[in-house]
Amino acid sequence: MKKLIIALVMAAMPMLGFAAGGKVQLNHADIDLTDQESLQRGARLFVNYCLNCHSAKYQRYNRMARDLGMTEDEVKENLMFATDKIGDTMNIAMPEAQAAKWFGTAPPDLSVITRARGSDWVYTYLTSFYIDEKRPFGVNNTVFPDVGMPHVMWKLQGFQKANFSGDEDHRVFEGFELVEPGEMSAEEFDAAMLDLTAFMTYVGDPIQVERHRIGVWVLIFIAIFFVLAYLLKKEYWKDVH
Amino acid sequence: MSMMSNVVDWIDRRYPMTQVWNEHLAQYYAPKNFNFWYYMGSLAMLVLVMQIVTGVWLAMSYKPDAELAFGSVEYIMRDVEWGWLIRYMHSTGASAFFVVIYLHMFRGLMYGSYREPRELLWIIGVLIYVVMMATAFMGYLLPWGQMSYWGAQVIVNLFSAVPVIGPDLGVWIRGDYVISDVTLNRFFALHFLLPFILAALVFVHIVALHKVGSNNPDGIEIKKGPKGNRWSETAPADGIPFHPYYSVKDIVGVAGFLFLFAAVVFFAPEMGGFFIEYPNFEPANPLKTPEHIAPVWYFTPFYAILRAVPSVAGSAFPGVVAMFASILVLFFLPWLDKSPVKSVRYKGTLYKVLLGLFVIDFIMLGYLGVKPTTDLYKFMAQVGTIYYFAFFLAMPWYSKMDKTKPVPERVTQ
Repeated sequence: MKKLIIALVMAAMPMLGFAAGGKVQLNHADIDLTDQESLQRGARLFVNYCLNCHSAKYQRYNRMARDLGMTEDEVKENLMFATDKIGDTMNIAMPEAQAAKWFGTAPPDLSVITRARGSDWVYTYLTSFYIDEKRPFGVNNTVFPDVGMPHVMWKLQGFQKANFSGDEDHRVFEGFELVEPGEMSAEEFDAAMLDLTAFMTYVGDPIQVERHRIGVWVLIFIAIFFVLAYLLKKEYWKDVH
Repeated sequence: MSMMSNVVDWIDRRYPMTQVWNEHLAQYYAPKNFNFWYYMGSLAMLVLVMQIVTGVWLAMSYKPDAELAFGSVEYIMRDVEWGWLIRYMHSTGASAFFVVIYLHMFRGLMYGSYREPRELLWIIGVLIYVVMMATAFMGYLLPWGQMSYWGAQVIVNLFSAVPVIGPDLGVWIRGDYVISDVTLNRFFALHFLLPFILAALVFVHIVALHKVGSNNPDGIEIKKGPKGNRWSETAPADGIPFHPYYSVKDIVGVAGFLFLFAAVVFFAPEMGGFFIEYPNFEPANPLKTPEHIAPVWYFTPFYAILRAVPSVAGSAFPGVVAMFASILVLFFLPWLDKSPVKSVRYKGTLYKVLLGLFVIDFIMLGYLGVKPTTDLYKFMAQVGTIYYFAFFLAMPWYSKMDKTKPVPERVTQ
């Protein structure tokens, strides 16, 4: 019996310290979904740089206009290139089979990518392209090794190289080094990628901000109801001894 | 006579309305010493109703088609008015159902609610639990995400591990050689049907309960005690009418539950990947196996048992047997417990320690079922599996050895 208890206690020990394994450390995406200007900047980046190859086929333009505090005309003029119907979703013209041929794999739809991978992952991914001559597009990515995607935002970021320590098989990522500056400074690019991540996080679950707002009132309502229900119960239970 | 009582009288002569109301609510005497654990039964019924209602509304926009299913869920989340709320209530409700039922079952285990004369009540309850698991399993395929797909693949493959008939059985369940459109379509049909069977079983469960009367934290039969209380001369002295006393009390429980439930629905519907797994936001892809396949949390204790049992001659069948046995053993619980007392309150230290360890063991197995196997985790799962079965199978002996305390005549407050 004693042995069994000891075995179980010992067995439970490792649960206390389950740290993540050898994967690349993700940077925290410090985004604010209530900051509509940030989301609008992100939307602009998204339609300019992502929406040529990736779709967001569950996101409607007019919903975006409403949620991001823009008029439908503003969206039509500045953010809609693939369609002229404001009620359309963010589709792309590139056929999937063709895309698969060009990139080795069809670029995935990005509607819920932040929900599948997490905002931190997306943010880190966007800032982690580095020069790798062995790859078809000349770039690789630390969080998505051997990714099929080219460095679409090279004009903004420029090119960076990744420094590794250790040998071929067990290399450890040490950090990036900018070798060819782009139009943006490192800080500007970082902020831009945060905007883009914020927008993609919004697209992942457009109701989020509204949900939190309603949720507060729902909880207040239930809390008051709880108190009243408790007082009613107390009153009735005076009979019970 | 007023108009109202005329109507009631007219109905009563044709249908036992007042009689049912009295027998099951207003003059159904429940022990007066129910505690926190006794909220779970009414909460389970609440969640079942909520699941059925939200489920029917989801079905109005959901498409059980491999091409359309994933998109139709996103359509519900974005384009259907309040669709996001209905969907999150349903996905959170699934987990909430299991939380409530596990607590409900643990209550039964603690207070000996499965003991004579409640054996059949317990067995119907376990049956409800089994049907609930089948319902949840089939429902999880419907969003047609990566975890939906591969989770179903893994579970159906368990049936394929049965010797001789296994492969055919797998094909029979799937309707195909892999999980496919036809599987999705039939799982949807069954996922729609089973909740109504659940509701029928719950009805039977309550009929059985009202026949034998509720147990209580002291494990005392109030029907065998003295008679007479302020409501009735013949009713048990320790009983109080279910309505209004427990109906108003259960409303407090409902409010408390809804507070926690709404907190999850509105602020953390994914619950850190436990209620909605992150890989399920990628559409099902039969050509791409995820790095790590884990069932939803409420299945993981049994999944850990499955993985803990080593394969024999390349067949995972022994693990499958162990997994099903771990659930089936619950059916025999009423005859495994030989203790002279029902409630843990009057059982000895031995039982209390073993029950405490069982809780830790169950949670540990649940944790291990989520994690990828390593040598250490596998060993832990094996220890956990042995303890799980030992707790039940050794019960006839240790429950007799255990030093019990005298049970009082009347319930304690």
